[in-house]
Amino acid sequence: MDEKTLIAKRVALELADGNLVNLGIGLPTLVARYIPAGRHVFFQSENGIIGMSGPIAGAENPDLTDAGGNPISALPGAAAFDSAMSFGLIRGGHLDITVLGGLQVDEEGRLANWMVPGKMVPGMGGAMDLVSGAKRVIVAMQHVAKGESKIVKRCTLPLTSVRRVDLVVTDLAVIEPTDKGLVLKETAPGVTVEQVLASTACELIVPADVPAMAL
Amino acid sequence: MKKLIALADAVALIPDGAVLMVGGFMGVGTPPRLIDELVRQGKRDLTLICNDTALPGKGVGKLIGAKAFRRVIASHIGLNPETQRQMIAGETEVELVPQGTLAERVRAAGFGLGGVLTPTGVGTVVEEGKQTVEVDGKVFLLEKPLKADFALINAKRADYYGNLEYALTARNFNPLMAMAAETVIAEAEDIVPVGVIPPDAVATPNVLVDYIVAKERRHG
Repeated sequence: MDEKTLIAKRVALELADGNLVNLGIGLPTLVARYIPAGRHVFFQSENGIIGMSGPIAGAENPDLTDAGGNPISALPGAAAFDSAMSFGLIRGGHLDITVLGGLQVDEEGRLANWMVPGKMVPGMGGAMDLVSGAKRVIVAMQHVAKGESKIVKRCTLPLTSVRRVDLVVTDLAVIEPTDKGLVLKETAPGVTVEQVLASTACELIVPADVPAMAL
Repeated sequence: MKKLIALADAVALIPDGAVLMVGGFMGVGTPPRLIDELVRQGKRDLTLICNDTALPGKGVGKLIGAKAFRRVIASHIGLNPETQRQMIAGETEVELVPQGTLAERVRAAGFGLGGVLTPTGVGTVVEEGKQTVEVDGKVFLLEKPLKADFALINAKRADYYGNLEYALTARNFNPLMAMAAETVIAEAEDIVPVGVIPPDAVATPNVLVDYIVAKERRHG
């Protein structure tokens, strides 16, 4: 199993039956493939639909796409709406979970994921509203990029929100930000607590028992 | 019908330097003929209010490529490298706005509100230069209305009166923008007789629409 698949599978376990969920572009999109059997999850796309599913070859519709402009299909029971409604769902506390990629998460559980000054300025799109408004925010990202930990003492990149995210799932660990700091909840299969600590650029609270991810 | 207008005449109404709202999300729900005609007529110094700048060669991305804008207000430019290049080179001014805030700023203008209070962006760079308001112990940003001279709207169907119906995710910002501009020009995939669009399906009532772009006459 590659690192992205591992992260997506672990995040998928967090989605409960009946949840309304928004998946960010990139790695988070993979989560939809690994929903445990028997759970029905409603996926929202911020361009204006609940009940999206993968495209049906030969039945693509130019008026029916995901937030990246790629073709999707609408499941029976789907609903389409305008952008104010879409962000009302997000900001108004109706969205159970958002899964987003990350550039940095810091000791206070704050996320930076929308720009690298001077290098990459894609814009925040819906990310700031999603982090401000979703009931649970899950960050899905690699633990280390280009030799540097993405879990840091204080974000050096512009913040997406000052809100503390609820869970961080990486290829090495599951970490829960709390008011006391970042708690190491699980390690990836075959990864030791020491390896996680060595790959993290800030303090982690390590409980007596840290189980391996049950995938 | 007085609302029907030829494509070239509709675009000729738009002067250089105008502020345009353009519906669409990654080009989906963006009026294709109006965009092509804006490029053809070589409009300059426009201000764009749109969710994103699509991809090069798609939707408003064509106008980015034609260097039609002096200023762009959008939530996302990440999939159009030309927008980023123009921004970094100082050729085009870009204001990035969180997507939900953009929708609400447009809605506020169209609905006659003095602004909206949103938690989105508090404590981030988005807060810079803005007033914060505390309501029952919670801090919000005051985000001001966004208006335009023209809204370019894409609908699935229009009737002769200008009632508009949208399709699926091509709806997005269109009904909001149709409320927030001085002049509203709508392009529809189909133009149908009055009464064909059921009242419950009308998302933009005809009184909001100034012009409907006529179909081209086909010969032979």
